Amino acid sequence: MSLRRRRLTEKCFKIATALITWSSIAILGVLVFQILKEGMQWVDWQFITSLPSRKAEKAGIYTAIWGSFYLMITTMLFALPTGIGAAIFLEEYGGKSRLSRFIDVNVANLAGVPSIVYGLLGLAVFVNLFGFGRSVISGGLTLGLLVLPVIIITTRGAIRSVPKSIPQAAYALGAKKWQVIFFHTLPYALPGILTGVILSVSRAIGETAPLIIVGAAAYVAFVPESLLDEFTALPIQIFNWTSRPQEVFHSLSAGGIIILLSVMLTMNSVAIFFRHKTQRSRNG
Amino acid sequence: MKFSKSLFTLFLISAILLVIAPYDASAKTLRGKVSIDGSSTVFPITEAIAEEFRSVAPRVKVIVGVSGTGGGFKKFLAGSIDINNASRRIKSKEVKKAKKQNIDFLEIPVAFDGITVVINKANDWAKEITPAELKKIWNTNSKVVTWKDVRSSWPDKKIKLYGPGTDSGTFDYFTKAINGKSRASRSNYTMSEDDNVLVAGVSGDKYALGYFGFAYYLENKTKINALPIKSKNGSITPSMESINLGTYVPLSRPIFIYARKDAFKKPEVKKFIQFYLEEAGGLVKDVGYVPLPKADYEESLEKIKSL
Repeated sequence: MSLRRRRLTEKCFKIATALITWSSIAILGVLVFQILKEGMQWVDWQFITSLPSRKAEKAGIYTAIWGSFYLMITTMLFALPTGIGAAIFLEEYGGKSRLSRFIDVNVANLAGVPSIVYGLLGLAVFVNLFGFGRSVISGGLTLGLLVLPVIIITTRGAIRSVPKSIPQAAYALGAKKWQVIFFHTLPYALPGILTGVILSVSRAIGETAPLIIVGAAAYVAFVPESLLDEFTALPIQIFNWTSRPQEVFHSLSAGGIIILLSVMLTMNSVAIFFRHKTQRSRNG
Repeated sequence: MKFSKSLFTLFLISAILLVIAPYDASAKTLRGKVSIDGSSTVFPITEAIAEEFRSVAPRVKVIVGVSGTGGGFKKFLAGSIDINNASRRIKSKEVKKAKKQNIDFLEIPVAFDGITVVINKANDWAKEITPAELKKIWNTNSKVVTWKDVRSSWPDKKIKLYGPGTDSGTFDYFTKAINGKSRASRSNYTMSEDDNVLVAGVSGDKYALGYFGFAYYLENKTKINALPIKSKNGSITPSMESINLGTYVPLSRPIFIYARKDAFKKPEVKKFIQFYLEEAGGLVKDVGYVPLPKADYEESLEKIKSL
């Protein structure tokens, strides 16, 4: 191949990758624009603070916002310690035994299981067996299971990317393994772990199917007061509105999507803030 | 004389109190939960009632889910909800299960829903259709490919069929009413659980024919046409009047709520159902369904009084 041809190929490849990148961003842009155009007229204080209603102009998303918020808190309270713990075990203590390889493969597979399957599991175990009913805790634990593989996989990756010199230096000073993990490996891996948190919150907050199975209600006129209270969530409300006959509800659901996106971005920005901070302190 | 007059006044006051007290004063202070689940078809009605109920009994928490008629009955029979929204009658299998679990229930019709057969606005040949022709189209092993196969005067163009998916109560009812057997249907047509998808499909295709709930036709009258059904009553277009009068046959059906009888012991549930039946006449129309004749609501009210 001549030099010119090789340069041309290089150029083509570069353009192709740029094109793919830009087209996916363009699609996202079109989607967001469409949603904003249709939904912005609905988003105001009244929409955020009102209860669900059969009349589109009176309908609001208040209980759904709180439902989703509590749901995410429960999900993370369950999934974060469990997921990080499992990742530490697999990465630091698991070794290369057959069992740990078996667990390894299964965790990777779990990440690909359709979310509705988690819904069925949640219904059987949390709702019926544990008797939690159609409650915040049932929904939160179900979503927690759903994002667990994501947290385990990203945390493992983060732990693995910690330079070997750091734990070795600690060992050299006589630290025990748990001390190395807690005071050196984990703090160093924290930005990577927080990326996992961002990914899992983003996934969990938009899930509809498992929540419908677990029994999130479409009409709830109160904010949950305990973990055992019934709840509704943003995606449920959006789904409910899009399936209505009246067209005005379809554009109302666009308003709901805007709120959903904002809640997600707000929750993620907390994680992004901490990631930024830990990254800086690590480098500084 | 004086004595009896004051006695009479006392009697009058206590009588008034007796009438008013359980009605208004208690409803305002009622607490508790009313747990409801079931059909997405009935949901808009129950939601409207729940919304209005808030002004009567602000402290009662009404929760309405949408897990489908069948899914709702499962929860109903497991005893985890008080009321199930149902777009079809309870099946004998479910009745058996209820007996086994010792669950005594009450079936309360709350509205009519008419299944509407719809065609494209540009369709200028089909003016009516008979149930027999519908059966020819929709039955299992249907040989119908073109409009001409249905009626020889219709064009020799491929007929594009749209209908609800098999989880829907509308599917159950339509197949029973048209094909004679519930859930017996041809399967090579465009299915969707989301009726809005069906509306979009039929409105974009000149040779389309589909069926779905009346409320969806009512909201989309400008995009699609309803095909009148020819029966012994003549050629009848689905409308509030024809469905209410019962002339739109065989495609109008009552939809129900099912309530556990022991749930009536909870005053908030009893009050809610009472309110449902009192207000349904107006609210049902609001959300695009056809109210029952007044007498039917009164009959149900009478039934629950003693519970």
